[in-house]
Amino acid sequence: MISAAFDYVSARSVDEAVSALTEHGDDAKLLAGGHSLIPLMKLRLASPSVLVDVGRLRDLSYVRDTGDEIAIGALTRYRDLEINDRLQADLPIVAHVAGLIGDPQVRHRGTIGGSLAHGDAASDMPAVVLALDGTLVARGPRGERTIPAAEFFCGFLETALAPDEMLTEIRLPKATGAGWSYQKFRRRALDWAIVGVAAVRNGRTGVALVNMGSTPIRASAVERALASGSSIADAARLAADGTEPPSDLNADPEYRRHLAEVLVRRALEEADGAVTAQR
Amino acid sequence: MKLELTVNDTPHVAEIEPRTLLVHYLRDVLGLTGTKIGCDTSSCGTCTVLVDGESVKSCTVFAAQVNGAALTTIEGLAGDDGLNRVQQAFHDNHALQCGYCTAGMVMAAVSLLEEQPDPTEADVRGGLEGNLCRCTGYHNIVKAVLSCGRAAER
Amino acid sequence: MTTTEIPAADGKGLVKIGQPLLRREDEPILRGEARFTDDVPIPGALYMEVLRSSHAHARIRSIDTDAARTSPGVVAVYTGADLAGEWVGQIPVLIAPDPAPLLAPRWGPIATDKVNYVGEPVAVVVAETRARAADALEAIVVDYDVLPAVVSPEDACTDRVVIHDELGTNKAYTWEVVITPESVDAAFADAAYTVKQRHIQQRCLPAPMETRAVCAVPDPMGGGGFTLYSSTQMAHLLRTLLAMTVGVPEQKLRVIAPNVGGGFGSKLQTYPEESLCLALARRLKRPVRWVEDRSECGVAMIHGRGQVQDIELAADSDGKITAVRVHLLGDLGAHCKLFTPGIPVIGGPFYHGCYDVPAFAITITSVYTNLPPTDAYRGAGRPEATYAIERAVDGLAAEMNMDPAEIRRRNFIPPFENGHQTVCMVPFDSGNYEPALDQALELAGYEQLRKEQADRRASGSTKHLGVGIASYVEVCGYAPSRMMAAGGGKFSLWGTSVVRFLPTGKIVVTTGSHPHGQGHETSWAQIVSDRLGVPYEDVEVLHSDTAIAPYGVLTGGSRSLSVEGAALSVTCDKVIAKAKTLAAHLLEAAEGDLEFNDGSFNVKGTPSRALPITGLAHTAAFDAHLLPEGMEPNLSAETTWDPPNFTFPFGTHIAVVEVDEETGAVALVKFVAVDDCGNQLNPVIVEGQVHGGLVQGIGQALFELAAYDDDGNPLSPTLADYLVPSAAEVPSFTLGSTVTPSPSNPLGTKGVGESGAIGSAPAVINAVVDALAPLGVTNVIMPASPMTVWRTIQAARAAAPNAKENGR
Ligand SMILES: Cc1cc2nc3c(=O)[nH]c(=O)nc-3n(C[C@H](O)[C@H](O)[C@H](O)COP(=O)(O)OP(=O)(O)OC[C@H]3O[C@@H](n4cnc5c(N)ncnc54)[C@H](O)[C@@H]3O)c2cc1C
Ligand code: FES
Ligand code: FES
Repeated sequence: MISAAFDYVSARSVDEAVSALTEHGDDAKLLAGGHSLIPLMKLRLASPSVLVDVGRLRDLSYVRDTGDEIAIGALTRYRDLEINDRLQADLPIVAHVAGLIGDPQVRHRGTIGGSLAHGDAASDMPAVVLALDGTLVARGPRGERTIPAAEFFCGFLETALAPDEMLTEIRLPKATGAGWSYQKFRRRALDWAIVGVAAVRNGRTGVALVNMGSTPIRASAVERALASGSSIADAARLAADGTEPPSDLNADPEYRRHLAEVLVRRALEEADGAVTAQR
Repeated sequence: MKLELTVNDTPHVAEIEPRTLLVHYLRDVLGLTGTKIGCDTSSCGTCTVLVDGESVKSCTVFAAQVNGAALTTIEGLAGDDGLNRVQQAFHDNHALQCGYCTAGMVMAAVSLLEEQPDPTEADVRGGLEGNLCRCTGYHNIVKAVLSCGRAAER
Repeated sequence: MTTTEIPAADGKGLVKIGQPLLRREDEPILRGEARFTDDVPIPGALYMEVLRSSHAHARIRSIDTDAARTSPGVVAVYTGADLAGEWVGQIPVLIAPDPAPLLAPRWGPIATDKVNYVGEPVAVVVAETRARAADALEAIVVDYDVLPAVVSPEDACTDRVVIHDELGTNKAYTWEVVITPESVDAAFADAAYTVKQRHIQQRCLPAPMETRAVCAVPDPMGGGGFTLYSSTQMAHLLRTLLAMTVGVPEQKLRVIAPNVGGGFGSKLQTYPEESLCLALARRLKRPVRWVEDRSECGVAMIHGRGQVQDIELAADSDGKITAVRVHLLGDLGAHCKLFTPGIPVIGGPFYHGCYDVPAFAITITSVYTNLPPTDAYRGAGRPEATYAIERAVDGLAAEMNMDPAEIRRRNFIPPFENGHQTVCMVPFDSGNYEPALDQALELAGYEQLRKEQADRRASGSTKHLGVGIASYVEVCGYAPSRMMAAGGGKFSLWGTSVVRFLPTGKIVVTTGSHPHGQGHETSWAQIVSDRLGVPYEDVEVLHSDTAIAPYGVLTGGSRSLSVEGAALSVTCDKVIAKAKTLAAHLLEAAEGDLEFNDGSFNVKGTPSRALPITGLAHTAAFDAHLLPEGMEPNLSAETTWDPPNFTFPFGTHIAVVEVDEETGAVALVKFVAVDDCGNQLNPVIVEGQVHGGLVQGIGQALFELAAYDDDGNPLSPTLADYLVPSAAEVPSFTLGSTVTPSPSNPLGTKGVGESGAIGSAPAVINAVVDALAPLGVTNVIMPASPMTVWRTIQAARAAAPNAKENGR
């Protein structure tokens, strides 16, 4: 499997990357870890004519304490998230989920920014960022802007990023001591989630779903029900409300809806347990 | 484009097409055919090599992306004093049959042991989730890797 | 077992049969030096890429190759029509359902006017690099006239769409064995209990980790010959068949199977790409190579299994099975490859399992579909048979509310050491089935498990514990030519070996076997060291190259040790006999007075004057004037061995699963396998073979499915969608064994390459059904994916809660 030919640009800074994107327009694509893009290119499902490699921008690989928030550089790799002490203390769900993505080899290359920018409904990190109500920072020719996670995922593999914008940072409110759970239901350890659920209970409750529609989504009905005092079991029954789950070999929509309910219930129960148990 | 890589401690310089995957560079340009290709979807791990010490699927990386890096392939593990300890453990535990997955398994195991010097059976099974073997049923591979852990040495 | 428990050799460097031995094959592989087909450097080679049909059933209106021809780096582009003149014969069918007539369509390496499955080759590009060939492939435009596709064997039976006009039907054959039909009917009429089940053997991908690869090289010295490298399990047979079909004279063709990365039956073929590379190398006068992408492999390699099984049991009030009746529907795919129509037939006489069944009837109907051909995949017919009977026996146990271990015990064929004629007139070699069951129960802690299960059930947990047993008997050692012919074989298999002493006392063995992971180099050297009393390290074993090795047909069907290994043992006996004559001559003694121990001859009672066989070898080579009158120089011998009978390994497997009622997820928590493969040459290798087979059977039970949509498009050709289990999905295994030597060969071995894959799938599904029995579940189809299991539970709940019913 060999991709179509392309021109290769190795960016030395965000500005260089953005100007390369501006110059080449729609034909260009950023290349971060490459673990979503390269598989598509090998199958010739994507054939960008210019690749702008931002993988060397190591100054975009960081986890920083900014007070109420944790700021994560877009080029931070899963493995670095998984073993990060600050995340383990203040946002354990991020470290935990980073360790569940793909396999060790994937985690050595894949980046959080790439995962979010790719916007795949079956990916794990978008749901976590949604459940946490994070903010995404993008840089483009017109400067920097911030986008709330809730507005970031627009359609199938589509995000709020303009073609000439680069995602640079992810800001997540700290959840120190909060209850949380991530339920990833899959057939083999190396597989993507058939359905996944991220839940964070920190005064408010954030619940987001993986692979239950064309984009990563919030389980808003569940959140509302809990906010108005429903029991976990009752709220979980609303897990699939408003979703249009996909159909594939592993699950049809009906089964996905059922899984969503079971997994949301388990996630909320675990999150509640976790508050007291403190993993 | 110009590519400079250190592979198994030997520096190499080559002119390559940007679309050259790392695995094709290793196999077709350097002739290091110990690294195998087993799939199109980054699923099997037979192509695993170490980039700056970490396991990576070389079929899912353009050679250009690791320009300047130091790589280790299966050919670079054994020293003058013979097989390295993971290779030796694979032999001692009959952890290979046809041998097609072996290079990738060994490289993944080396990386795993680097990160987790004292793995449990669950750690080993989870740590090798990205490497498929169709012959051994994994039983002896897991045994081999466990035998390299600190617990086994005690 | 650790290294220290495995002495590589004793002080003299001798190893014994039965001794655990680590493999000599390992080191070059571990160093990354062992070359597989695509690793072999071939200067000047061109790269072939194959354009494959994107439709399951279509007429080819036209193929436009103009753009591809002018694409950079392209040397040639050919369609089926362009290459029609290259083929001189049709690839034959080697096992047919005799005496039933077989209707088989013609097929060639590349389609000409019609395609019959997605993946069938329609055009080839040859270019200077792999990337250029891939680029050009995209530029070929094929205009198809799409026809309705036949995707299920049931649909094929209706002949709604007839795939092959020339046959006039999709039915390839109907094959029947009915042992006294009246007695079968009477048994069902008189039965106290009956069981009726339908099972689906889903299509599986063999998925060896090395896909196929081929390279055809015109002889660089001239002379019109070719060397063909191929990732094959049958270098010799491939050479014969390529000679017959591509027309390169057999003696001008050398086939080499370098290191082969697994086969499991899938590489027991003559595939289109082998013919194409050879024909194109002949045409272009340059080496032509090809390597299969994994997603090609999913459609271009044979598939395994693919059957619909209807099985019925009749039993008396004690649970003694009185009759078995089976209807099989075999999905052959688009056409017959070498063994395609024979696979369901091979399993036919095994549908009574290891049970003493007085009345038996089986009818097999096999049909063509618009899917890739099915053929031999690890077990080939026996896993299917075992699955059906073992599920049915569990059904009977459930019906009678009897323990599944007990029902098996009541029905086992009683022990026999030297022959048992089955109800199908199959001459089983030796068997003692109950001890294997007992050992498996013991190793599994069966009583304790049943207690835990009862406690778990009482607790109302939604995580259900299930225990599944499967006992099996199968057939290995494919060779006995008379029996093969009687069973529909259109070719013969035998074992071949040559043992040659070199003048320095070292030994070269050449063998007809084609190992690809089974460790024959180690095992064959072990046999020779034991038999001839020579140091293990002094024995070199060569194979898999038609220019070096004697004709060895193929490695498959767990035949190598019992046939090729046995041939080697016979050859060693011949060498010893000749050496003995020479020793007697030199010692001026009668042959009858000599004894042979640890590699030396001496007159009985005078061990001090001993002649080592290595010295005799030197004498036979370089002091040939000392040989007795009429004796040929050199110490060597050769054997082609045709055994008297097959071998019939057996055993019992036990699976323990936990099923999550809410999600349908199945976790395999424990697996015990007790296998009897007769005498064990090397327990290390025996265990490794079992481990690997187990995961293939577990894979079929829980994960693997070559899925197709209604139009015949593959849904799971890649390893992302076709779920080969990883280390994280399976536990470590508990193995045991019993030893019942086979009288079929001088080593007393039976074969163990497939048994792991035979007992495991039914054990796992029996466990899943056992777990869910309290919910009213009586069957779960494979693969028991979470969605399938969940739906099965829903369906059982919807049905009347107390209805007891077998099958789906
Ligand atoms: C075998 C395998 C298994 C996997 N399993 C999982 C899994 O279980 N769960 C899961 O969530 N994911 C999984 N993934 C996907 C993995 O997480 C990817 O690494 C990740 O989705 C993309 O990150 P990347 O850095 O590799 O991005 P790339 O592949 O480099 O880029 C992905 C896309 O995002 C764009 N992009 C990248 N970075 C930026 C940026 N900073 N700003 C703007 N655009 C950008 C690129 O142009 C491209 O379109 C798996 C991948 C593989 C190969
Ligand atoms: S070749 Fe399969 S993961 Fe790289
Ligand atoms: S040893 Fe054959 S694939 Fe692992």
